[in-house]
Amino acid sequence: MGKYIVKRLLLCLLLLFFTSLIIYTIMRCLPSSYVENMARELATRPGAKSYSEWLAQLNAKYGLDVGILKGYLFWLKNAIRGDFGDSWQFTVPVTKKFSEVIWDSFALGAISFILEILIAIPLGILAARKQYSRIDYAVTVFALLGISLPTFFFATVLKLIFSVKLGWFDLYGKVGRYHEQLDAFGKFLDIASHYVLPVVTLTIVNIGSLMRYTRTNMLEVLNSDYIRTARAKGLPESKVINKHAFRNTLIPLVTILGGSLPGLFAGAMVTETLFQIPGIGYTSYLAIRSGDIPFTMFYMTFMALLTLLGALISDILYAVVDPRVRIS
Amino acid sequence: MGNNYIERNDNPIKPVDNADKFLGEHLSTSLRLDDEQRVKVLSPGMLVFKRFVRNKLAIAGFFIIVFMFLFSFVGGLLSPYNETQVFTHVGMMQKEYASVTHNNQFRYTVAEGKQYNDSVHAQFILAKNRGDSFFTFNDTEYFIVQEAEDFYRIMQVMPVAEITNFKGIFAVHPKDGFAVSEDLKAAILAAIDSGESKFEFEGDLYTVKSQNRGYVLGKAENAALESMLIIDPAEKDFDIGFDFKYAAEKAIRSTDSGTFSVHGENFKIDEYNEMSVVYLLKPSGEKVPYAIVSELAVQPSSPEIFLTIDFKAAIQKAVLNGETSFVFEDESGSKEYTITKLNNVYTIKTESPTHLISMYEPPSEKHWLGTDGHGMDVLTRLMYGGRVSLLIGFIVVFLETLIGIILGGIAGYFGKWVDMLIMRIVDVFNCIPFLPLVMIVGAVMDAQDVEPQVRIYYLMLILGIMSWPGIARMVRGQILSLREQEFMIATEAVGLRTSKRIFKHLVPNVIPQIIVLATLGLGNIILYESTLSYFGLGVKFPYASWGNIISAVSTAYEMTNYWFVWVPAGLLILLTVLGFNFVGDGLRDAFDPKMKR
Repeated sequence: MGKYIVKRLLLCLLLLFFTSLIIYTIMRCLPSSYVENMARELATRPGAKSYSEWLAQLNAKYGLDVGILKGYLFWLKNAIRGDFGDSWQFTVPVTKKFSEVIWDSFALGAISFILEILIAIPLGILAARKQYSRIDYAVTVFALLGISLPTFFFATVLKLIFSVKLGWFDLYGKVGRYHEQLDAFGKFLDIASHYVLPVVTLTIVNIGSLMRYTRTNMLEVLNSDYIRTARAKGLPESKVINKHAFRNTLIPLVTILGGSLPGLFAGAMVTETLFQIPGIGYTSYLAIRSGDIPFTMFYMTFMALLTLLGALISDILYAVVDPRVRIS
Repeated sequence: MGNNYIERNDNPIKPVDNADKFLGEHLSTSLRLDDEQRVKVLSPGMLVFKRFVRNKLAIAGFFIIVFMFLFSFVGGLLSPYNETQVFTHVGMMQKEYASVTHNNQFRYTVAEGKQYNDSVHAQFILAKNRGDSFFTFNDTEYFIVQEAEDFYRIMQVMPVAEITNFKGIFAVHPKDGFAVSEDLKAAILAAIDSGESKFEFEGDLYTVKSQNRGYVLGKAENAALESMLIIDPAEKDFDIGFDFKYAAEKAIRSTDSGTFSVHGENFKIDEYNEMSVVYLLKPSGEKVPYAIVSELAVQPSSPEIFLTIDFKAAIQKAVLNGETSFVFEDESGSKEYTITKLNNVYTIKTESPTHLISMYEPPSEKHWLGTDGHGMDVLTRLMYGGRVSLLIGFIVVFLETLIGIILGGIAGYFGKWVDMLIMRIVDVFNCIPFLPLVMIVGAVMDAQDVEPQVRIYYLMLILGIMSWPGIARMVRGQILSLREQEFMIATEAVGLRTSKRIFKHLVPNVIPQIIVLATLGLGNIILYESTLSYFGLGVKFPYASWGNIISAVSTAYEMTNYWFVWVPAGLLILLTVLGFNFVGDGLRDAFDPKMKR
């Protein structure tokens, strides 16, 4: 097991290397409009150096004056030391900005993750137990609706109903207008109320796949021989479901849920942008739109790392939870 | 998803074993080839079809998709409008018609052939305020002759003759077109003798100025009139010149009968609707309004508008009485005019017909879903947007499936280092966050000003390249297990080419899963495309896409009041994706015997 994990980690590092190389190449192929804009702006200041001098200096500073491979190695050397450079858009070190915004994303992700689990698993099991019943159809339609909903449309509808018509929540942002005047508890409530719509959006949009997954797995389990045996033994149906079937459904569920744990830090780019919650998703949206190479590089590499970690955790959990699986 | 495919190359009766009860009734345990009941055995494809048809959701999804295709592709042809057609309507708009000011400054009328401009006018004002009757500007001398209160005649001194002094003998050299009589010559000499600079002779004013060793004789001529009164012609082609104005102004200010004549024509000043009007007296005795005299400067807002004498009278009356609106009747009927005052300027506005873009028109018979912010028909744009979405979806899915099958097939068949290499490429692609990457590419296209039409192709390409790993992984997994089966050994024994073995014998066995994945993928691609277009990175205006139709409505005001623009677009996305998901789900159930009742 330990050997397997080490092997997988090494593979992860290799993949991360190539992934970041590809991302860096794409970023370098961008017209470096941000640097050019910056140089133009600096050149217009009184007594400043000329545009071309500024451009050369900035390019040298950001390592953009060398070839792509050399520039990548320069970036990698710094990145390994934990130095991801300064964000151009936010003018602070990338890691500082990241640590500022990541917890908002985490809070949003964690709340909706818990809500998803609480809603999706019972409903999925219910649907599987009563396959092809009205409940099953309702759950299926609900799940597929969630999967099919365009996030931006759903968020707009929510805003229309709850912000514009009912006036319960603000349209945008993390804090209200009078946030600074509130006491600690009031501040908490203020932020919480701003979280409601994004959390609802995230939960509804993401809940479908978990619900479908639970249903499919439960169906598979219910069709298996040991369930037939349990029923034939004359066990009450509740015991069959809750003890024999549910436990065995948990195996794939735990692996998939465990695999999505790192994803809690990924942030929801679309939802955060729509509600302008200053999480990692919205921040990187701003960075991408303004061509901020250091921040975007960091964000993309971070995302790749999360994906790899998710797969790794999922595989390890699979072995941990299911004793039949032997990893070689 | 697991390992739930149909092994078609197995015993052909095997799937039937899994079939439903009513099918079972026709089954025979006999395997004799001439058994007539064998005819009733359904082919695997038919079986899948039967299962699919029994799934209500899948059928609903199928009809949704068919409807979407008809709506987008046929609807676009049937729609009487075009994707980028902008609708306008003739609407009444309060437009500026004329402006009126109380004239409290001098305005000048220049005599024919004389130079008199704003600069000279400014010098006149200065001289008048000083109380001078004489000023110079650009070496030219001007005399101010006050005719009445606030009415001045400006005379300009024109050099007419040079006088040379040769040892006490004066000789006058007149310029062309000027005759110097003996009397005038005597007067000149008298003026020079007495050292005067100007003198009067036969009613004309002359100046003598020494220049070099001789003198220059100048004669003052009428150059301009300065007056606060405004005299406008009553008809467009009536000519009002210096002479007319001079005579008219003099007549207005005199206490006489108010008649005068200019260029052989007789005029009379009279009152008309509380205005002073100069009438032209025709020899027949007819009186024709010729000019309007007023203290108000009335100016039409555009040169095309000519204000009639009656209209001016109406304005004057309204302005002087302090009214805010008045009604005036002309050939085209009566109209209401409003007067607004700002800094001593009265603006006359009236409703006039204008071409307006039909923005955000509510649904009507002409536009079933109204018009959007650009005045385009929403329904038509939804149809064309559907074309883009569906087309992008299909092309991208085709692309990703193609790449996925080829790479997955190769990896699965060859195994070993080929598999290793391809699967690591798949992993790398899997790691790259999809949405941010597409956003970056969208931003690049923005920066490079890629044509909206070309963007669509790039978009397809990028979405296709980014989404093949899923299919490749699935194909590879299936093929890994399939290639160990007997029929593959048979193909080897027959000696088939490798490419034929992969793509003719292995890949067809994976087709059910590919169809399911592709159907579900279609919905996803449509979602991605619309999300990108919503963020302004995908399909761009003027081309319609369901995403960018929604993004056109961003403020809370538009959201609440123009729901008919964005709600249908959102519902169409939802319905289409839902349709594909229903069908994909139904297909998965139909292909998968384990999922049976």
